[in-house]
Amino acid sequence: MERPAIAVRPEFRHAEGGRREKVFELRGVGVDYAGAAAVKDISMDIGRNDVTALIGPSGCGKSTLLRCLNRMNDLIPAANVHGELLYHGEDLYDPGVDPVQVRKLIGMVFQKPNPFPKSIYDNVAFGPRVLGKTDDLDATVEEALRGAALWEEVKDRLSDNAFGLSGGQQQRLCIARCIAVRPDTILMDEPCSALDPISTGKIEDLMIELKDEFSIVIVTHNMQQAARVSDRTAFLMVELDADEDNRWGRLVEYDETEKIFTNPADQRTEDYVSGKVG
Amino acid sequence: MEASGVGSERARLATAGARATVAAKLSDRSRRDVALNTAFAALLLAAVTIALGGLAALLAQAFVRGAPALSLDLFTNTPSTLRPETAGFRPAILGSLELIAGVVLFVVPIGIGSAIYLEEYADKTRWWNRAVEVTIQNLAAVPSIIYGILGLGFIVRGPLDLGFVLVAGSLTLALLVLPLVIIASREAIRAVPDSIRQGSLALGATQWQTIRRQVLPASVPGMATGVILAISRALGEAAPLLLVGATVFVTFDPTPFGDGFSAMPVQIFDYAKRPQEAFQTLAFAGVIVMVGVLLAMNSFAIWLRNRYERTW
Repeated sequence: MERPAIAVRPEFRHAEGGRREKVFELRGVGVDYAGAAAVKDISMDIGRNDVTALIGPSGCGKSTLLRCLNRMNDLIPAANVHGELLYHGEDLYDPGVDPVQVRKLIGMVFQKPNPFPKSIYDNVAFGPRVLGKTDDLDATVEEALRGAALWEEVKDRLSDNAFGLSGGQQQRLCIARCIAVRPDTILMDEPCSALDPISTGKIEDLMIELKDEFSIVIVTHNMQQAARVSDRTAFLMVELDADEDNRWGRLVEYDETEKIFTNPADQRTEDYVSGKVG
Repeated sequence: MEASGVGSERARLATAGARATVAAKLSDRSRRDVALNTAFAALLLAAVTIALGGLAALLAQAFVRGAPALSLDLFTNTPSTLRPETAGFRPAILGSLELIAGVVLFVVPIGIGSAIYLEEYADKTRWWNRAVEVTIQNLAAVPSIIYGILGLGFIVRGPLDLGFVLVAGSLTLALLVLPLVIIASREAIRAVPDSIRQGSLALGATQWQTIRRQVLPASVPGMATGVILAISRALGEAAPLLLVGATVFVTFDPTPFGDGFSAMPVQIFDYAKRPQEAFQTLAFAGVIVMVGVLLAMNSFAIWLRNRYERTW
């Protein structure tokens, strides 16, 4: 089996020949916090109705990159995003773009479940209410909870406080909350790292169901999870500068998941997925 | 193999000896250690006793000396310089109530609004915002008589020129307790974890929607506690009121913009100055009423805080 000696530049490739629509196109995207680079020169395309996984060791900027996609880095004053980031062909960071509108289209689920201190119903209804879509709220809430595979467990106690749910249920509630707004893409930042294996399994099944309707980008520490759920995987790695003072993340390889895990083009990817490093 | 008699006896003695040594080590404390420990505990207990004892003595004295005058007449009668038997606190009670109403009306929007701005909108890295924070904390420590002078100079006379009216007293007291409300409200807002804000913003809510629908509802108990404690403070103030028109002898029911008003602390002060024993008793009766009200309010504030305190 021949492997090319040079790392393949990660370009968007399809077996079918470029048929699928691109949701995000990143060209040379970098982020720095008050001058210190966190992530450099990321170029990749994310496809519609794909589950795209970002994997890599700690500190390689996966979460930072994810937060660029829905402009959550705007909330950090010291963060500075540069490069080109297109969302369905439009520049996401154009000065005329309102980040609030962006987040209505691109939702996010966080690492630690963060339900609001309200009832289960009010948690899911929060998004639609804030957007002004209050017609038939009951139906919207039910649909969202069904979509998150939580309806059966909570349908009799919608007015109970969300804090009474278990960790896995809370995270599914956060997913329901997210899909109630009907976004186009869902970003998930290590959604299962705080959960037990059974809840993790349920959420992984959910992701595979959800991708029929949404495009999903997931950051995960768990390589097996990436192998289980994702269609395409991007592997990021930490790079150090000459004096080893600064470190930032770089995209090493981005390809179909099966290829990344069975026959990666780059030696560093091979080392990481086989557990030799990181 | 059977253990020999001597061997097993030796083993038993050895075990017993080992146990005794361990026991001795575990319970081995020098007498000096024990004595020091007891002495220290006794000192701390003495401190608590002095603090509580002093308070108890004050309350006991007030109760004992004021009890004879406690009756409903206290609330309905007007003060009198000549006849203590028919004197009461009516204008003072009404005055205090109206003053507090004014304080609440002013302090709640301004105090909570300031807290929201300082916590949610202001850029905390800017030096002037940090200066504001320090200033507010200093203002909370300024003696109340200074607020009285401020009120006299700017509210009664000066730019606002309201005259010696109850509203001037309200505004003065409001300024006095405003720092307390701002500080308590800021604490309440800060206690709401950032993950809630992030979750709300990630759904496409604006910053104001996030504040109004998530942060504020979650911080209301803390803010309410702050307002109640501020009111408690304002109720007990006499010095600033004396400078802005709380004349000590008022027989009519006070009105917001009427000339002259009174308040409970001021009236108690007045009765306490008089030589007649009967007036002294009245003063203590007033103290009982005030302490009762303040205890009730503070207990309510503490109950409110405990009931709604959320562990995130």
